[in-house]
Amino acid sequence: MKSSAQRSSPRRRSTPVALEFLGSMNLAITLLVAIAIASVVGTVLQQNQPYQDYLIKFGPFWFEVFDTLGLYDVYGASWFLAILAFLVLSTSVCIWRNTPNMLREMRQFHLNVRYNSLRAFHHKREWEAGAEPQALQQALAGWLQGLGYRTRARQDGGHYILAAVRGRYSKLGYFFTHAAIVVICVGALFDSGLPLMLREASGQLKPETRDIPASEVPAISRLPLSNPSFRGSVRIPEGSSANIVFLQLRDGYLVQPLPFSVEVKDFRIEHYATGQPRSFESDLVIHDPGLDAPVTRTIAVNHPWIYKGYAIYQASFSDGGTGLTLDAWPLRAADIQPLRLTGKVRASQPIDTPDGPMTLEFTDFRMFNINPVVDEEGREQQKNFGPNFTFRLRDAAGQAHEYETYMLPVEFEGRRFMLSGVRTSQAEPFRYLHIPIDEAGGIERFMRFHAMLFDDRRVLEIARRATDQSFGQLDEPVAVGQAQVVQSMLGLVKQFRGGGFDAIADMVGQRVPEGRRDEVLNAYFKVLQTILGELYVELLRAEGVDLSQGMREQDARFFDESLTAAAALGAYGSPFFFQLRDFDFVQASGLQIARAPGKNVVYLGFALLCIGVFLMFYVPNRKLWFWIERRGESSHILGAGTGHRHQRDFEREFETLCAQLDARWKTVTR
Amino acid sequence: MSVTQQELLQGLENPSFWKQRSLADWLWALLVTVGGGYAWSRYHTLMDDYETAILAGSTLALAVFGWLWRAVRPLTLAVAGLSLFAIGLYGTSLRAADDSFFLKFLLSSQSAIMWMSALFVMATVAYFIALAARSDYAGKVASALTWSAVVMGFTGMMVRWRESYLMGADIGHIPVSNLYEVFILFCLITALIYLFYEGRYRTRAMGGFVLLVISAAVAFLLWYAFTRDAHHIQPLVPALQSYWMKIHVPANFVGYGAFALAAMVGVAWLVRKRADRVAPQGFVATRLPPAEMLDDVMYKAIALGFAFFTVATILGALWAAEAWGGYWSWDPKETWALIVWLNYAAWLHMRLTRGWRGAPLAWWAIIGLFVTLFAFLGVNMFLSGLHSYGEL
Ligand code: HEM
Repeated sequence: MKSSAQRSSPRRRSTPVALEFLGSMNLAITLLVAIAIASVVGTVLQQNQPYQDYLIKFGPFWFEVFDTLGLYDVYGASWFLAILAFLVLSTSVCIWRNTPNMLREMRQFHLNVRYNSLRAFHHKREWEAGAEPQALQQALAGWLQGLGYRTRARQDGGHYILAAVRGRYSKLGYFFTHAAIVVICVGALFDSGLPLMLREASGQLKPETRDIPASEVPAISRLPLSNPSFRGSVRIPEGSSANIVFLQLRDGYLVQPLPFSVEVKDFRIEHYATGQPRSFESDLVIHDPGLDAPVTRTIAVNHPWIYKGYAIYQASFSDGGTGLTLDAWPLRAADIQPLRLTGKVRASQPIDTPDGPMTLEFTDFRMFNINPVVDEEGREQQKNFGPNFTFRLRDAAGQAHEYETYMLPVEFEGRRFMLSGVRTSQAEPFRYLHIPIDEAGGIERFMRFHAMLFDDRRVLEIARRATDQSFGQLDEPVAVGQAQVVQSMLGLVKQFRGGGFDAIADMVGQRVPEGRRDEVLNAYFKVLQTILGELYVELLRAEGVDLSQGMREQDARFFDESLTAAAALGAYGSPFFFQLRDFDFVQASGLQIARAPGKNVVYLGFALLCIGVFLMFYVPNRKLWFWIERRGESSHILGAGTGHRHQRDFEREFETLCAQLDARWKTVTR
Repeated sequence: MSVTQQELLQGLENPSFWKQRSLADWLWALLVTVGGGYAWSRYHTLMDDYETAILAGSTLALAVFGWLWRAVRPLTLAVAGLSLFAIGLYGTSLRAADDSFFLKFLLSSQSAIMWMSALFVMATVAYFIALAARSDYAGKVASALTWSAVVMGFTGMMVRWRESYLMGADIGHIPVSNLYEVFILFCLITALIYLFYEGRYRTRAMGGFVLLVISAAVAFLLWYAFTRDAHHIQPLVPALQSYWMKIHVPANFVGYGAFALAAMVGVAWLVRKRADRVAPQGFVATRLPPAEMLDDVMYKAIALGFAFFTVATILGALWAAEAWGGYWSWDPKETWALIVWLNYAAWLHMRLTRGWRGAPLAWWAIIGLFVTLFAFLGVNMFLSGLHSYGEL
């Protein structure tokens, strides 16, 4: 039929302007597009990250602006919820206004059509048949009913009108789809953060932003047991239990108590032969005061446990407090004795360093680290780098470097290195230090070499020896010059151990006029290379390496790698190198526990939506009319029809129907 | 004029859906049922109740599909025959692929997919030749090539499914689990939808346009396989080990395929309209189908896509409820699915309630393809989230 605007026009005049506006298609389309655009924003800007990260990314000004606009939690922002509310309102008004028409239309047969309007139809045909109009009408009706049409007939003076309708439920499609939108949104409202936001707005609730034990969280950040819907998470170390979950709310969290406690007996990761994880599972025990005995169940990803309306899901895993045994190698001293330390993941401890008192915060331990590696043929392979641990070293001013250090050497192009990554903010990737591995498989040789850089006496001696040749034959007064040169050589080494080659380049950049910089820098590097080379030779000698045939190739390689590593240590920022020696592995299972009473309502909406869409698109609505009257000796039949929104398909159906009638009756016009 | 009603009715056909079923239809249903039953008897120990239900549902759907569209029958038989042959050649070892001529050059999943790729590209060319030369023969060749590509593609998928089990019982899974596999699915479904409309509207003139997007997908597939080694069968990450994947992903790709087809038909519409304006008797205007027909196909395809996409998104929500603890998390992939859905909902409103036709809708369908493309490719490439598998 015609467009809905025309159909409902008589009603329109009586509707208030506000409803007119709310129920208008333009508003609906605008809202749909607005939601789409807001959703795009929410995916492009990562949501609910730590606020610190946003601050770093956008700077203080834009950070404030975006915060005010609620862009860090678009889908919880009041303006976004308002658009959704408008959509629900608009759809409701639309349903309310259109459904009565549609229901009426569904029951309508339009028996009062006029002959001339039928003749004006696009799909029509006329026949002449040698039978009584009534008999014809009955025959046609019987035939059409067999084809699935519902029919109505009316005799009006000399003519009969037969109306036939098929697929009238197509009209209900509109109602079902649009009602589904409302039902889904209302159901989702139960489960959304809206109730929390309202309580927050009224000052009854305030998210906790400090990182404190759950037991110390004040009442204003706690939710009642009766809270009907929430979705929170909790990490439970193996062997421990919890009776609360944490609800993330913007840059803070809320504590939701549970009426039972969940214990994690064991958490397991199973692996495929290739090393990728195959399953994450937790053995859980629920201790419920309402039960005689605890109940146990194993959950896995995709296999949650629904207990009394609380759904418990395997969401993540993390370290549950692995015990770590470390060697702290001093990096600022000629001393090569490492210090033995023990610690625990997620715990921190003070440590005295040459750079002042610091705090060592162990953040994570990972047993397996599958990383992509490009092999000799240029193919990417997955390779397990073995265990690593991450920690932060925080100075008295609160500044921290974050480190990620592997326990076992990793091979690159046939050479082995100890890897340790460093970064100063979570937003950066790690930059990796590669410490060469010695023949004994450890980092001792490198550490000894590095310690020699801090042995000023030895450096001075080497410098003097190196300069003796050039100064030796000269007179006494020049010795003053030699002492200066030797001192500046020591200065070079100091620069190097503080900041690598870059530090020397910086110094040259500051002190030497532009034109001569390369020349001076080259000279400095040569000198440095000589001194460091001499130190290395002394190290080899002390190790008892035979140098009579010159340096072995692997020793020379080791020297190059050591220089690279030593140069990088300046930027490494830590006064110690922490080497992982041993660990006692404890995992924690990350559970998500949710209660969503609105879920069933939403699912009802899903069902309505499926039915509605199917009805709308795949139940074609067809209408036929036959006007039958006696003309002289025979009957004249006018057939016409329309296929609402499926004109093309209808055309074919109409043709096949007519073809059958053409075969029986005389066709007058097409 | 004393004819009885009985006589009046005589000869008028009164075919109800069931009465229209021929013997061949029932034989087809029987065959499909036997096939489904055989699959169940062999593999039911590996299936849970949901998977049994999915098998039963797919069997029923295939039977009915074959009734509604006859061409499905030879297609199914060809795919089943070739797949069973290949699986038989494999026996119990993947190594058979190195020794058997048929596996090596034709039917191992990788070879079959290469054949599919080649056939799709040839079909694209053939469709354009048919269009330009107005050659009926070339058109038939193009259709045959497309059908063959579909046969090879589905065979490749079936064989790949088997190969994954040959790699290890715990590795085996339906091949719709990563970007590489779903791209094959995309090509196949788009081609099938196209072939359906080709038969329904009796024209091959849209073929070249639709096959262009399939060829582009094939190009991506080849690039992805050769530079990223994406064609290796990878074990499933735990998040994907669910029966939901078996229905959620295919439903989604019917949606994507239909939207892609609609966009390409939109392109054809614009080309035709422009030709009508510039040179009404010219080369293009006399060869492309009439704009009204293209408009109709475009609407049909978007309606089909919208229906399946609705179902797919709902299935996704149900799955999310099971895997992540909530039916909706505003995860980027979910959100983009919503954006795609809203976009086409708006499109349908404009057409159905505002009576829009033609150019704006054609352009909108084309833009819709880019939105869709971002939802299924861009999100994986540029955004992170819970759906973080299938990264490039
Ligand atoms: C997310 C929200 C919505 C979705 C997904 C949606 C979906 C649809 C679809 C697919 C159709 C076309 C079906 C057909 O008639 O063949 C349709 C029709 C229609 N929609 Fe919506 N709709 C939405 C919101 C609205 C709103 C808010 C209004 C209110 C102004 C509205 C008014 C209409 C009207 C009047 C029709 C035509 C019905 C007819 O004449 O049969 N829709 N809707």
